[in-house]
Amino acid sequence: MTTDPRTAGGRALFAAALPVAAMALFVLAAWYAGAVWLNAPQAADALTRAGAEWSFADLVRQTLAMKRPILPTPDQVAVDLHQSLTGYPVTHIRNLLYHTGVTAGSALTGFAMGVVLGVALAAGIVQVRTLEASLLPWVIASQTIPILAIAPMIVVILGNLGFTGLLPKAVISMYLCFFPITIGMVKGLRSADPLTLDLMRTYSAGTARTFLLLRLPASLPFLFASLKVAIAASVVGAIVGELPTGGQAGLGARLLSGSYYGQTVQIWSALVMSALLSVGLVLLVGLAERALVRGPGATR
Amino acid sequence: MPAAQPAPLAAVPTAAEAESPRTIVDIRRLNLIYQTADQPVTALSDVSLSIAKGDFISLIGPSGCGKTTLMRVIADLEQPSSGDVLVNGMTPEQARLKRAYGYVFQAPALYPWRNVERNVTLPLEIMGMPAAERRTRAGEQLERVGLAGFERKFPWQLSGGMQQRVSIARALAFDPDLLLMDEPFGALDEITRDHLNVNLTRLWLRTRKTCVFVTHSIAEAVFLSTRIVVMSPRPGRILDVIDCARDLPRERTLGIRESPEFQRIAHRVREGLMEGHSYDD
Repeated sequence: MTTDPRTAGGRALFAAALPVAAMALFVLAAWYAGAVWLNAPQAADALTRAGAEWSFADLVRQTLAMKRPILPTPDQVAVDLHQSLTGYPVTHIRNLLYHTGVTAGSALTGFAMGVVLGVALAAGIVQVRTLEASLLPWVIASQTIPILAIAPMIVVILGNLGFTGLLPKAVISMYLCFFPITIGMVKGLRSADPLTLDLMRTYSAGTARTFLLLRLPASLPFLFASLKVAIAASVVGAIVGELPTGGQAGLGARLLSGSYYGQTVQIWSALVMSALLSVGLVLLVGLAERALVRGPGATR
Repeated sequence: MPAAQPAPLAAVPTAAEAESPRTIVDIRRLNLIYQTADQPVTALSDVSLSIAKGDFISLIGPSGCGKTTLMRVIADLEQPSSGDVLVNGMTPEQARLKRAYGYVFQAPALYPWRNVERNVTLPLEIMGMPAAERRTRAGEQLERVGLAGFERKFPWQLSGGMQQRVSIARALAFDPDLLLMDEPFGALDEITRDHLNVNLTRLWLRTRKTCVFVTHSIAEAVFLSTRIVVMSPRPGRILDVIDCARDLPRERTLGIRESPEFQRIAHRVREGLMEGHSYDD
């Protein structure tokens, strides 16, 4: 039996796509089932109030087409997203891309600040022995405080100092971001093989040289693993930061106004956009990793 | 000065120098005691050894006998508890700061994010050599170890033997007088090892470096060395120093391993190692 390489390739592609498609279908099915189940009491009330006799099929139809469902269906969210993204110009307050852009702006600013802070803390902890015992507990303690509790404080304090708008939100993102980076980088900066450290000593390379030529490049695989966690956290931080500001713009503001007015479809649209934003940013970090990290352990 | 010129070593030795070779490493009454959690461990005990320029010295002994420690003391990677060590007439630290030696470790210790060429140029980069000269040197050294054309490969794309040859090229790149090699071929299969031993002895003849070589293979030690230093199990002491240069030619091929001279020296090394073990009982 001979196999045409094209069909073989196609079969491989099919084999790779099958689990992905199966999982997507499963999630969609579960979502619809959840919508029927959660919206059923409300839908039943509505049907009863309308007065007419109703069957199970009527009930299901009703659960999938509620104005303010407990759980909107995927198609309702898709329609809402479509209207928002195509119905208004990108700069318009009703276009979700505008809000996504606002959130992405503060998330990325906070992420950049978090990378600088996280790497600096890790470098300090690795290079100065006493910092590990004195600084690391504070770093860990900082993460035990719920972000929802500290976010309004940050907004109030920075507002008092005259900082409003993007910066307080970015600081909240940074607060969530720096921790995984510090932890990953401390491990990464210490990951250099002892023999390679001895080697640098035989070249009488100083601390700075050893750091730049050996510790830093050796830490990159660890850094990128942390960056993926951190950039997703930065989106969460930005959204949380948009809640106490009263919410004029940003995905957080959409979530807030959606919950004020019981607009669950609007909430879910914003959630989908924030998920897409996070996925996109994590993919970007992955691309940067592919370009920068060389080694047998690198992801291709 | 052209980059290829292997500094003063290449100069023709004067008659006086040829007769009384300069001492490169001088070790006197060296002791090294480690403080461990429960008790102090004597790693080296009263070791005295003098290594002349152009010597190929093998340190042989059972695992944990301190042969690697002795070499790390020469390289200023360990501090002795007492005794004197001079490398090129300087303390090991001064010698290290002057980059007097190249060190080849048990593992290749190559940087996976650097290609072969940039691994070899690493020490030159640290020394501040201009980029063009670095690349010329790297090319020469890679050719010396038979790896011309592999400059753009990454370490993980090479076999274990090739990786170790890159690390030898790296140690040779800045043309040190002294080459310290710590079981460089220990992890390789025997065929590769034989092949690299032949390469190494040729390299040594051509470059006239002074080599200190740690091994626990008797055949390897006899094949490569001008002198073999037999060490005892912990506490590491020197049991015997065997001169191979007298009975074996300088230029060696794998064939000499069948010769009676080779067998005799190997036998003496084995006797020495066994004697060391009987001390332990």
